[in-house]
Amino acid sequence: MSPELSREEILRYSRHLLIPEVGLGGQQKLKAASALIIGTGGLGSPVALYLAAAGVGRIGLVDYDVVDSSNLQRQVIHGTSAVGKLKVESAKSRLLDLNPLIQVDAYNEPFTSANAMQIAKDYDVLIDGTDNFPTRYLTNDVSVFLGKPNVYGSIYRFDGQASVFFAKEGPCYRCLFPEPPPPGLVPSCAEGGVLGVLPATIGSIQASEALKLLLGIGDPLIGKLLLYNALDMSFDFVKLKKNPKCRVCGPNADVTELIDYEDFCGVPGHDHDEGSAGADWDISALDLQTRLARDASTLRQAQDTASLSTSPGLLLLDVREPHELAISALRGATNIPLGELAARLSELDSAKEMVVFCKAGTRSTRALELLVSAGFKKVKNLKGGINAWAKDVDTELPVY
Amino acid sequence: MTTLKIPTPLRSYTNGKAEVIVEGANVGEAMYHLIEQFPSLKPHLYNGDGKLRPFVNLFIGEDNYKDLQGLETPLKENSLIRLIPSIAGG
Repeated sequence: MSPELSREEILRYSRHLLIPEVGLGGQQKLKAASALIIGTGGLGSPVALYLAAAGVGRIGLVDYDVVDSSNLQRQVIHGTSAVGKLKVESAKSRLLDLNPLIQVDAYNEPFTSANAMQIAKDYDVLIDGTDNFPTRYLTNDVSVFLGKPNVYGSIYRFDGQASVFFAKEGPCYRCLFPEPPPPGLVPSCAEGGVLGVLPATIGSIQASEALKLLLGIGDPLIGKLLLYNALDMSFDFVKLKKNPKCRVCGPNADVTELIDYEDFCGVPGHDHDEGSAGADWDISALDLQTRLARDASTLRQAQDTASLSTSPGLLLLDVREPHELAISALRGATNIPLGELAARLSELDSAKEMVVFCKAGTRSTRALELLVSAGFKKVKNLKGGINAWAKDVDTELPVY
Repeated sequence: MTTLKIPTPLRSYTNGKAEVIVEGANVGEAMYHLIEQFPSLKPHLYNGDGKLRPFVNLFIGEDNYKDLQGLETPLKENSLIRLIPSIAGG
């Protein structure tokens, strides 16, 4: 039995009630429906806002992060006053302000193999708004095991992808991507950036697909992958088929329960740019300052970043992209972007001590691995990157 | 001649190029010519055994090469190959 709509709801949803494909019956379906949104970031923001506005009766939000000011360029569900607050609480409060007639369930916890089935089992659709590979594979496998559609979206810089993975009726995420890329190949948004409006485009497509599924109307993106590029303003579609060898939804599937997804992907289940090469390989910003001061004879000289260029025994290797040097830079550092490093190793003196750095430590950790495998022995990673230097040593430098 | 569309995350290995023109009568030959032009792409696309990594998806027009004849899939004049990576941002 579909729930009745109150006078207030009929007025609120009148533009839906006027569409024959939705109508009163469709709006009642939405009131009875539920959607679980995994991640309340770039994609989760528009998805949650539009599903709440549309009157989806129960919306679950899973996230364990707090709002950071660097989120606000795209995560429009959160406001400046929410910085430092839990994302799920900030989002819940915004959704209930938008539509107090719905129910919002906030799960302030990471979505993991331990809790995912329990959280997801009572929702009609799952919406993948996560920012990392382990949680994407987890979301997929949960959707396959529970027999629920997984409304997928992902973004990077100007590129977006969207699809509906629904193993009962078509391929799943693993049919397309049986394995994650090797760690480090595909940069995250925290490393590579993302156009702020891009998640609005992809997220609103996810919201449309979720509403179509809940209403049972239209032609869902099952078996199709949408490829969007904001620079070309191109929307391309490719066909996806079920992979008969799929390890989770194929006829001979051998993944029959949730696994350790961080282990499977070789990366952590979050998109915090905070790489560490391990205690043996890391040097802190303060220790680097001390080291440079020793080289420069006096601490006073080292506090002046200009003196960094006067450390003849130590090479500072900046593996960021050239355009990042305009944001912050350490004078005297040599810039070789990570993508060019393998081809430019001959420019580096392996006999010299080296400290590698990037924005926050992720790319420099990969650079360090590359250097060590190429035979460089005297290499350290600046833990926390130039952002750590900006926080702990030279507070004139911006953190980004 | 075939146009190969390079996704953003891999463009740092193609001198920033979004499209690369390659020769080749089939997908395998086109990929060979891609790597010939941009050798630093190889470790990202191929595993140690010289096989394309499973996360690499090549679409010829709308179809996945795995659903056609794999690397043997013949290419017509002015074919378009899309290299579609997994991206995780959200």
